[in-house]
Order: sequence, then C-alpha cells, then structure tokens
Amino acid sequence: MTTTPEDTTPPAHLVLTVEDLAVHVPTEHGLLRAVDGVSFEVRAGRTLGIVGESGSGKSLTAKSLLRLHPAAFRESGRVLLHGADGSGADGTDALDIMELRRDGPMIRAVRGRRIALIFQEPMTAFSPLHTIGDQIMEAILLHRTADRAEARDICLEWMLRVGIGDAQRRIDQYPHEFSGGMRQRAMIAMALSCEPEVLIADEPTTALDVTIQAQVLELMQELQAETGMAIVFITHDLAVVAGTCDEVAVMYLGRIVEQAPVRELFANPQHPYTRGLLRSIPRFGMGRDERLQAIEGTVPQAIDLPAMCSFRDRCGARIEGVCETAEPRLLELTDRHQVRCFLHDPDAPVPDQPVGSTESTASDPAHAPVVPEESPA
Amino acid sequence: MLTYILRRTLMMIPVVLVISVIVFWIIQLPPGDYVSSHVMELQKEGEQLSAAEQDALRERYGLDQPWYAQYLAWIWGILTRGDLGYSFAYSQPVLAVVERYMATTLIVAVASMVFTYVVAIPIGVYSAVKQYSVGDYVFTTVGFLGMATPNFLLAIILMYLSYIWFGNPMLGLQSPEYAAQGWSPARVLDMLRHLVIPVVVIGTASTCELIRVMRGQMLDEMTKQHVLTARAKGVKESTNLRKYSLRAALNPIVSTIGWSLTAIFTGSTITAIVLNLPTQGPVMLDALMAQDMYLAGAWLGFMAILTVIGTLISDILLAWLDPRIRDERRARA
Ligand SMILES: Nc1ncnc2c1ncn2[C@@H]1O[C@H](COP(=O)(O)OP(=O)(O)OP(=O)(O)O)[C@@H](O)[C@H]1O
Ligand code: SF4
Ligand SMILES: [Mg+2]
Repeated sequence: MTTTPEDTTPPAHLVLTVEDLAVHVPTEHGLLRAVDGVSFEVRAGRTLGIVGESGSGKSLTAKSLLRLHPAAFRESGRVLLHGADGSGADGTDALDIMELRRDGPMIRAVRGRRIALIFQEPMTAFSPLHTIGDQIMEAILLHRTADRAEARDICLEWMLRVGIGDAQRRIDQYPHEFSGGMRQRAMIAMALSCEPEVLIADEPTTALDVTIQAQVLELMQELQAETGMAIVFITHDLAVVAGTCDEVAVMYLGRIVEQAPVRELFANPQHPYTRGLLRSIPRFGMGRDERLQAIEGTVPQAIDLPAMCSFRDRCGARIEGVCETAEPRLLELTDRHQVRCFLHDPDAPVPDQPVGSTESTASDPAHAPVVPEESPA
Repeated sequence: MLTYILRRTLMMIPVVLVISVIVFWIIQLPPGDYVSSHVMELQKEGEQLSAAEQDALRERYGLDQPWYAQYLAWIWGILTRGDLGYSFAYSQPVLAVVERYMATTLIVAVASMVFTYVVAIPIGVYSAVKQYSVGDYVFTTVGFLGMATPNFLLAIILMYLSYIWFGNPMLGLQSPEYAAQGWSPARVLDMLRHLVIPVVVIGTASTCELIRVMRGQMLDEMTKQHVLTARAKGVKESTNLRKYSLRAALNPIVSTIGWSLTAIFTGSTITAIVLNLPTQGPVMLDALMAQDMYLAGAWLGFMAILTVIGTLISDILLAWLDPRIRDERRARA
C-alpha cells in the first residue's frame, strides 16, 4: 500500500459529517431510492471527490446538504455541520442540518453563508433578467453587510479574484453577455463571496471546454489554499479527480461503493465499478469530450431493487450464487479505504454450488459478463 | 431605444396604409352596395325607389365609381382634411358617429382589461404556489367553466340575477335619468355600477385563460435552475417568488397587453348587443351589414392602428423588461 503525504500530516479538523444520508423520491413507478446510506466526512482545506456515472445520485446528495429538496422527497440521516474552528468536531454542538425546517431562517443562515453550492449548469444558474452584480451582491447583502456600496465593493473584489477582468463594467452586465467560462467564474465568485466553510461544486466544469475547465479547477484550488475552505467536488470524470481531490467516494446507484484517499484509490482500486471507471479515463491525445462508455450496460433505476448487489448485472467479477443473494455491506479494508463488494467480504454468503471457473478478478478485471452466444438455428 | 421607437413608428405608416386598402377592398366585396341594401330595407317597409332615384343616390355618394377610386377619394379626404367620410346610415359624418361611441367603448374595454389582469394574476400565482391544493382545484374548475360559458349566456344570467336582487337588469351604461345631466359623482357611481356586468361578462373568458397561462408560467419559472441558485444562497422564498419567478412569468403576459386590448375591443360585440351597451361593436356590425362603407372602413382602420400601436407598446415593454431582447435590438439598430 502506498503511503501518501497526506497520510502523515495530522488530519485537518472536521467541518461536515454526513451520516447514513438517504433521499427517496416518490415517482409514478414507485419509490426511487436515489441516495441510500451515504456517509462521508469533509475536512477543512481538503477536497472530497464524489464520482459516479450520470444518475448515481450525486446532485441529489449535494442538494440534500442544503435541504434544497421539495417536501415530497423523503430524506433521512444526519448532516452535521461542525463549528467553524472545529470546536464541534466531537459532534456535541454540531448543527444537524437535516433537523432544520427547509424554509426556515436557520437553514437560510447556513445556505450561501456556511455551505455554498456551485451548480452543474452555468448557463442557466443565473436569472437572465438580473445583472450578474445584482445576483452576486444578493448573497453578500444577505449574509455580510446591509450596505449596498460595501456589498458592491466586496462583489467587485471577488470578481477580480476569480479572474473577471474589467469588473467595474461587467458587474452591471447581464448573464447573456458572459461566456460560459465567465459565468462559471461569476458563479464561483458568488459562492465564495461570503467565505463559506464548505463549497460544494457539482460538476462545475462539465459544461466548459477543456482549457477553461483547467483554469476554473486551478482557480478553485488557489482559492481553497487562500481561504482554507473544504470542497466537495462532484464529477463523473475520474481524471479530474486525480488532480484536485484528497479523498474520493465512488457512487453507484445511490450508494457509495468505494471510498479511499485519492492515491490509494488510483493505485489500488478494489471495487469492480471503480476499476471500470479507471479504465475509462481517456489517455493522452484522446479528445476529452468524446465521452467514453465507461462500463458496459446502463445504470438501472433504483426502484424496487431486489436485495442484491446493484452492480451485479454489469459486473465482470460477479460471483454466481453470492452476489444475487444479498446486498454487500461497506467493508473497511483499512481505516481509510472502504469498499462495498463481496469479493472482499470474508463473511460473504457461501455459493449454492461450487463455482469451478471463477476467474481471478484481481488480475483480469476487464472481462464483461459472459453472455452465452446464440447458435443460429 | 429612441431611434428604435422612431423607426418602428415610421414603419407603422405603410403598414396601416396597406391594411386600409385591404379593409376597404373587403368591405366592398359582397355584392351590392349601401344603396341596394337601403332599397331592400325600404322595400320591407313597402316603399319603392325607382332606378333613376337609385342611380342619383349612387352618384351623390360616389358609389358609381370603381372601389379603388372611392378608396383614393376617401383616404385623400382623411389625409388632407381629417375627414373620415360620411355615414349613409346615420346621415352624419363618420367622425361624429365615432366620437359618440369612442369614450364608452374605451371605458368598457380598458375596464375589462384591468379586471382581467387584477383578477387573473394573483389567482394564477396562488394556484401555482399552492399547486394541487383545494384552492387550485377550485380555481381550475371555475376557470374551465368560465371559458366554456358563452358570453351572451353569462350576460343573460347576470342580468337576470341583477334583476332578481336589485330589481334592475342594469342595461346600458347608465340609468336613463342621468342621460341628459352633466357629470356628477352620482352619475359616475351609476356608471360604475352599470359597468360591473359588462366588465365581468367581457373579462371572464380572458381572465380564465390568463389564470391558466399565469399558473403555467409560474410553475415553469419556479422550477428554473436560477431559482434554486437563489434559494441555495439563502434567499427567502417570498423574495424568490417575487424577484425571480413572478417577474419572469409576467414578461410574456406584459408583452401581449398590446393586442389583448384590440381583442377585447372586437370580442365584445355580442355582449354589447345583449347588454345594450352604447359601444362600437353593435354600430360596427350594423355598418357592415348595411354596407355603410366609410363608417365600417374608418372603424376597421382605427382597429388596425390600435393593433399596430399595441404591438409596438408590447415590443417596447418587452425590451424594457428583458435585457436580452434589448441587446438584440441594439445590435440590429
Ligand atoms: N426532481 C426529481 N424527481 C424525480 N427523480 C429525480 C429528480 N431529480 C433527480 N432524480 C433522479 O434521481 C437519480 C439521481 O439523480 P442525480 O441528479 O442526483 O444524478 P447525478 O449523479 O447528479 O447525475 P448527473 O451526472 O447526470 O448530474 C436519477 O435517477 C434521477 O433521474
Ligand atoms: S458484490 Fe459481486 S456483483 Fe457486486 S461488485 Fe462485488 S463482485 Fe461485482
Ligand atoms: Mg448531477
């Protein structure tokens, strides 16, 4: 096992603890378990990456942290926001966000002020009828000062800090006068202007082209170094994770299937799904936007899932007679590396019949599920 | 923006001229003319007009000329002397007839519009915010009933109720005893009371329609990504609703104010007949049936101008409300 530099430094204080978070969405087809039993920790100055294919529940998790879901969604679990100085890190005087009323003043004091959110689509995240400055200043006026002139100064300062040149002029412009990259910068300025303890960035660069993407990522890292905020970085792109995150949680169908420090995860992936994702990272010289089909098959809907491994149908390492009998639990391989897979479970159910030809999955994880070929009649 | 308005205003002139030609041409399209329909009227009453007398009439009114010659003479009169022509049926200049009905027509139309917006917008917003609540269902049901009920039926029902409850069907726009008097507070009050039924009758269908539009717009706007952004910043729900959703939802409605005015103008003819309103609708209908062509032409021309101005007003409002449209205009100017 590799030893990474961050393993030796004392852990930074806890800012946010998510325990057993679930978001269940009632739909016409049944209850969608879009997020189920998700737990993670976020530390000051560190970045947690949440990775997973489209539909794995990343955005719903992010919105849950700010109680942004409609009342019809069924949420459970705890989201503990610790004191800014780490005083509440033992959980005693931490604020449980899930306990707050979703339209009350308590949660509004957290939103934007202590936890800020950057959304997936910079193109639609701003109201087209209000100026960029108006929308950035709205947060500042709510949380930092009631003085408009001062708010404007703070806004200008942040616009410059995120690299929007000519801020004096641009502050009074409308979103349609901003390019996608500039809008995402404005979004970052808006999120950071109240100096939150946690920044949740939900695919902040997906809609941008490669060079802008790199600039925005770099900017976020610089600002993190300056302010010491924690970042939850959501993406479907493991390649981006490698350069930005300290910890990675891999999500599949509403559950975390593997979680580890970033180097550990890249050097020693344990879940078949993580391995599949790693294989799909584009190599040099490959266009980044030609999205690779990561893993064979499509993500099923998390409705009426039987109690078995949800990755089973797509898994090349599946153990017949085991993986469909129960749901694998999250196992601790080390105290910082967890995986949800029977391959690593010493207490896994015993297969009904002896499986003679199970492949060595660790050496050759590339195999797709064996599909019996139809013989022509 | 000013140059834009100026340019648009200048562009209105040819548009209105073209419309006036078409209108005039259509009016004279049905076989016969005012004289022949007048002769028919007289025949019903047992009178006869000799062919020579008819020709004399035609010559006097200029009806013996081809339609484009009549049109040119008419439009020339309007442009040079402000003379809208002569109404055969009223034996008066068209201008006098128009003047008599203009004020009441405008009052009824504007009052109906105000009623529509004042009632529909709050209800639409309420229905969207409280989607699927009892109130929402009630308003939706009432709304469909309102849209489905023909205006004349609604008018008769309200007149009947007014008669039962107040002993007065509230016909017309004022009580006969005030007709000869000057304007007094009592007369204004009387007129307002008479306005209730026409305004409700004329406004109901468009109100119900607008409630639906408003509700849909609001539901659409309330789920927009930028509303979620604002919520994530810590913005209050009430602020969010007003500043972002309502503001955006009103845009398309404001932009149609211009021509909904003309729609109410034209749409209320039957109501006006049933309620015996001294408005333009019935006058216009009579003029068309009697082929009282200058009166009809003047009114249709007036409607055309109103439509064009209404569209211009809408466009200006839209540019004022929406920065994207403003910039688009600026780029083209
Ligand atoms: N408002 C909603 N109503 C019903 N289902 C929803 C709603 N929002 C999300 N879902 C469903 O929940 C699941 C998880 O959605 P989520 O947006 O969290 O995915 P994601 O991981 O962020 O994907 P992406 O990479 O596409 O953003 C999906 O199956 C989605 O269809
Ligand atoms: S539990 Fe079985 S099916 Fe699921 S990922 Fe592990 S090996 Fe594959
Ligand atoms: Mg998402």
